[in-house]
Amino acid sequence: MKVLKLERHANMLIGLEALAGWLAILVTGLLISPKLAPVLLVWLCAWIFNTWLARFDTRLTRFLVALIFGLTIIALWEMIVRIYAIPPLILPAPSRIAASFVANIPLLWGDFVQTIVKGALTGWILGGAAAVLTAIAIDRSPFLQRGLLPIGNFVAALPIVGIAPILVMWFGFDWQSKAAVVVVMVFFPILVNMVAGLAATDRMQRDQMATWAAPYGQSLWKMRLPAAMPFLFNGLKITTTLALIGAIVAEFFGSPTTGMGFRISTAVGRLDLPLVWAEILVAAIAGSLFYGIVALIEKKVTFWHPSQRNQRG
Amino acid sequence: MKNAIPILTVLLALVVIWYLAAIGMNSAWVRDQAARAGTELTTTELVKQTLTLERPVLPAPHQVAAGLWDGVAGQKITSKRSLVWHGWVTLSATLTGFAIGSLAGILLAVGIVHSRTMDQSVMPWAVASQTVPILAIAPMVIVVFASAGITGLLPKAIIAAWLSFFPVLVGMVKGLRTPDAMQLDQMKSWSASGGQVFWRLRLPSSMPYLFASLKVGIAAALVGTIVGELPAGASAGLGARLLSGSYYGQTVQIWAALFAAAALAAILVIAIGRIEGVTLRRMGLVR
Repeated sequence: MKVLKLERHANMLIGLEALAGWLAILVTGLLISPKLAPVLLVWLCAWIFNTWLARFDTRLTRFLVALIFGLTIIALWEMIVRIYAIPPLILPAPSRIAASFVANIPLLWGDFVQTIVKGALTGWILGGAAAVLTAIAIDRSPFLQRGLLPIGNFVAALPIVGIAPILVMWFGFDWQSKAAVVVVMVFFPILVNMVAGLAATDRMQRDQMATWAAPYGQSLWKMRLPAAMPFLFNGLKITTTLALIGAIVAEFFGSPTTGMGFRISTAVGRLDLPLVWAEILVAAIAGSLFYGIVALIEKKVTFWHPSQRNQRG
Repeated sequence: MKNAIPILTVLLALVVIWYLAAIGMNSAWVRDQAARAGTELTTTELVKQTLTLERPVLPAPHQVAAGLWDGVAGQKITSKRSLVWHGWVTLSATLTGFAIGSLAGILLAVGIVHSRTMDQSVMPWAVASQTVPILAIAPMVIVVFASAGITGLLPKAIIAAWLSFFPVLVGMVKGLRTPDAMQLDQMKSWSASGGQVFWRLRLPSSMPYLFASLKVGIAAALVGTIVGELPAGASAGLGARLLSGSYYGQTVQIWAALFAAAALAAILVIAIGRIEGVTLRRMGLVR
């Protein structure tokens, strides 16, 4: 009991310390600029509320804490832009970005289809399929594996986006060149993961298949491919972001008059920053959705894997 | 070193494929020229011409190597055609941004490990941000800073910092959390203070994770800098070199800049790997 009491004292002390720290920030902020008062006040209130909420540590409160933090940031952004009258040429307020988003939905949808669906998704599927097939092909040759894997690991760290101008020259301005960039970008990370996955069975499992006299095809289909799925999905998840980056950046080197990269570069040129931010919002939503859908498929496919059981938070 | 022979074999195969592709992709243009001039080409002449074009569709490896050599050694280092100069412009912005971004990531990770509020507030967003193509903000950052009169190293460094920040943050949080309950209990039974637990247990055990994420971070910082050099107006750096090459159809220049960027990335990642090796060995964490 005594220990518990001591601990509570310590907790309170830490709480007081933190509070003193926040008060210090508040005072310095006010000394720098009195106009900051409401901003600091909102920040402090949200933070204290979050500190209180974080103690419960359940699924719901965790979600709420993150949500409140995000909303607070947006609120502070809006307040700062208004208080200091920051021109939208430098930083538009969230309300203006939202207005631009709503006003330009058909335009944004067209860009989304051009860049994400045609460019990124096509390239990602083609690149992923090519990587999986290559992995299965070199799986039977340890020599090729030892040669290809270090190169694959090395290439995965290179700034592959740089090939975009070359592929734009070869495949033209439309989505085909963007898909080609994405194919090259996602190929090596998926290949490396898939090769590791195909090697993920242990000796006992392989011996079991050999005891049943399973031919290569069967042991591949029934044992090694399922065993490789967690690795494959790891690679697929990493590359969702790469696919979007490849498709958007490739449009900086030339594109038809639609597409997210094209819109970003031309809207920046016209200093229409609310539209740029709206486009970035679309990219953020698309990126999270893309990742989320792949993670969901992973959950269905690899339901047996330990990392999918009893998940918390 | 037993991997040397397989790696060299695969590399050799890649070079051969590259040559064949260069012959195949450039032959249409060569045949076209020959037909216009009304001459017949023998196979040897055809092959010879496809590998020596001035603006080939796909330059042959030796042309790229020559372009690279010319850019690195054939120019004065201060010349605007020198790849060393462009590489330095890119490298300085990358390193500045990487230093800022990884330092910020480490500091925030320390805060997150010690404050539950910070953990629950910031972490979900930091993790989610990795699924977002942050690179898309690069042109905007450049233009906004340019409109405020700031050009050159700083805007690119900010993009690089932003890109290396999140991987380092996530990796460092993971690393600082590796000590398990038994180790933490041990520290407690020695009545170690919070600072001692941090400096003697958490920080040392986070090192392997930190270095792994630093490698990811510096590669991301380099990509960020190169993309930051793309918007019109940039005249220095490997990204600008790529862009001007693509405007004027100078394929050899593009490939040379691309290989220079790849070499730079490799050097940076290997350098961090070396530092990692030395640090972990001195800490007794040899793998």
